[in-house]
Amino acid sequence: MAARHKSIETKYYEDRDCVLRALRNCDRRTFLKISAATMGAVLARGLTPPHTFQLVEIAGAATGPAIGKGFASEGAAGSRPFTFAYISDAHLYERTLNQRFVRAIVKAVDDVNALDPQPDFVLYGGDLAQLGEPSQLETGRRILSGLKARVKMMVGEHDWFLDLGEKWQQLFGPPTYSFDWKGVHVVVLQSVYEKDFWTARKMTPLERMQTVAGLDNALQSRFEVGEKQREWLKNNLAKVSHATPILVFSHSPLYKYYRPWNFWTEDAEQVQAILRPFNKVTVIHGHTHQMLFNQIGNISFYGMLSTAWPWPYAPEGLPKLTVQMNRADPFDQFDGCGDGQATVLAGGTVDKVYNLWDRNPVTVKASYLRSFGKADRPPAPQFASY
Amino acid sequence: MKPRTKMAVAVLAGSLAAASAVYLAAGIRAVRTYAQALPAHQLPKSQGGNVVVQLCDGQTTAEIPGLKPGQRMTRAQALEFSRKLMAEWQRKHPDRGWVMAQAKNPGAAQAPAGSAAGGSGKGRETIAGPGTSSAAKFKSQQGDTYASFHERDFVIWKAQTDTFVEQGNKIFHSAQLLGSTIGVSCDMCHPNAANTHPETYPKYQEQLQRVALLRDMINWCIENPVRGATLAPDDPKMRALEAYILAQRKGVPLAYGKH
Ligand code: HEC
Ligand SMILES: [Fe+2]
Repeated sequence: MAARHKSIETKYYEDRDCVLRALRNCDRRTFLKISAATMGAVLARGLTPPHTFQLVEIAGAATGPAIGKGFASEGAAGSRPFTFAYISDAHLYERTLNQRFVRAIVKAVDDVNALDPQPDFVLYGGDLAQLGEPSQLETGRRILSGLKARVKMMVGEHDWFLDLGEKWQQLFGPPTYSFDWKGVHVVVLQSVYEKDFWTARKMTPLERMQTVAGLDNALQSRFEVGEKQREWLKNNLAKVSHATPILVFSHSPLYKYYRPWNFWTEDAEQVQAILRPFNKVTVIHGHTHQMLFNQIGNISFYGMLSTAWPWPYAPEGLPKLTVQMNRADPFDQFDGCGDGQATVLAGGTVDKVYNLWDRNPVTVKASYLRSFGKADRPPAPQFASY
Repeated sequence: MKPRTKMAVAVLAGSLAAASAVYLAAGIRAVRTYAQALPAHQLPKSQGGNVVVQLCDGQTTAEIPGLKPGQRMTRAQALEFSRKLMAEWQRKHPDRGWVMAQAKNPGAAQAPAGSAAGGSGKGRETIAGPGTSSAAKFKSQQGDTYASFHERDFVIWKAQTDTFVEQGNKIFHSAQLLGSTIGVSCDMCHPNAANTHPETYPKYQEQLQRVALLRDMINWCIENPVRGATLAPDDPKMRALEAYILAQRKGVPLAYGKH
């Protein structure tokens, strides 16, 4: 019995070893064959691509020029494929106060450090602190500095509204910036500005912070990129060719999902209009703590998971293309939470892995979004929200 | 009982009484914050020292001939007595609708196994009534306390209920009121109480190793992730939390046992 029936783990490690062995000395043709076979086996089991397949994808970017060149020649804009990882929405209190959320972000750091090969960089998606306190931000910075790969920081509303970004900027620099990476133009935005709702109400900084920290109150205003930053974005993109793939990191979704919970960006249409002339645009956002994706014209949107807690799907406004994640198990702190990776493909579009802790990871492919759901639909959840 | 044991028991009883007095005092003070104490039944004195029973209307009463305090009726006697009490109520309210759910759905009228009279299974063990009539007709009648109400009553009831729900709303949104030692409140993960699914309780929760009621789950969440002290089932804060959570799911069909 033991000889004939292998456990899932055994099979998984055998698959993995087999792929790795084969990869060690293979040409591009064999490589593609192996990845197709792995993919086939994975699909036959009804699983979303687990780590074996991710490794194959990642291998393309990192096993050196032999394979890299092949991919690069397929890219319209000459961009080279690469991967990055993300960790988001850790909502930290001080270490002594809340071990639970600290444990979760440490777990994510371990996950990312275990990736082999390492991603080109790690995006931290915002809401490092729960209430913007210096001690919370510093705790977060200490933990993130344990990452082997370099880290790109983005700000969230929980980091911002105690001192309007003072401490965060002191620790991490300006919240709006851009850089170019392997042929892709990357933009990081501060998309959680709000109109002043606090002065008239005579709120203290902490009251302001606590108001923004709650979802279901009508007191605060809605998130916006704001006119000044939209101007910056226009100028920033003015020099970039329309064929260059654009990757935008934003804490708020940059579209309108559900206003009462501020799953929302008030000036989303204006921002989208600035991005419209480009052939391939991908927005990676935080804040919503759930598997969430959308396609609006040329723009693909992916929400990130939180390490701290999952949020329920809003009662309305969920993008049609979103395939929900399983409802979380209230008895498992890590369920519904996680981290993930993204593979920027040769053409500059992005496949994204939702690494749901204690569940099968789910890969959402650019081809799924860009075909408006016609191809590569991710598997339906076992326990959808109700 | 040996004298020493006796004394220990007395001391224990005394301290228990003192403790419960303190608890009650604290409890009553807390009750006033979130809910008012329940009124007691007002029963007339029995002439012959028999047991007196009052209907749920708080008005109709009857003495059970020959039944002394501490005694118990057989099921047949109890049915007979219930019939009389209901007949008295119906005599006073000849035009009041009494919905005979069991009569319309005989399968549901099984007496519990092992009960004195045994289950007839045919709905015979229910109290006969004049049958259903439209409740709307009686919406604004006068003369009795029970089920006689006016526009003003609706307004008062709604205001009272909403106030209670609002108290639950505050607690649900406040780490401090929840007694969280780590600053976490329910709304952080359940905006508008989303995903609390009160309509699915009672249901078996493997990890609690029991059929859980909503309050068991609330307590589970208060312990972790909120990291506060669990509440007694009748703690005014627990009652207010339940009220708020249920109020958010108005109109959702009950689906006990659903996972
Ligand atoms: C850190 C996040 C978090 C906090 C804080 C939290 N919960 Fe939960 N809770 C969850 C998650 C996740 C689930 C599982 C949700 C699901 O079933 O989809 C859950 C489940 C529940 C359920 C069971 C839902 C069901 O379907 O049976 C109840 C009831 C509940 N929570 C009530 C509360 C209450 C009351 C509080 C505050 C005392 C609270 N929760 C605080 C995350 C949280
Ligand atoms: Fe956020």
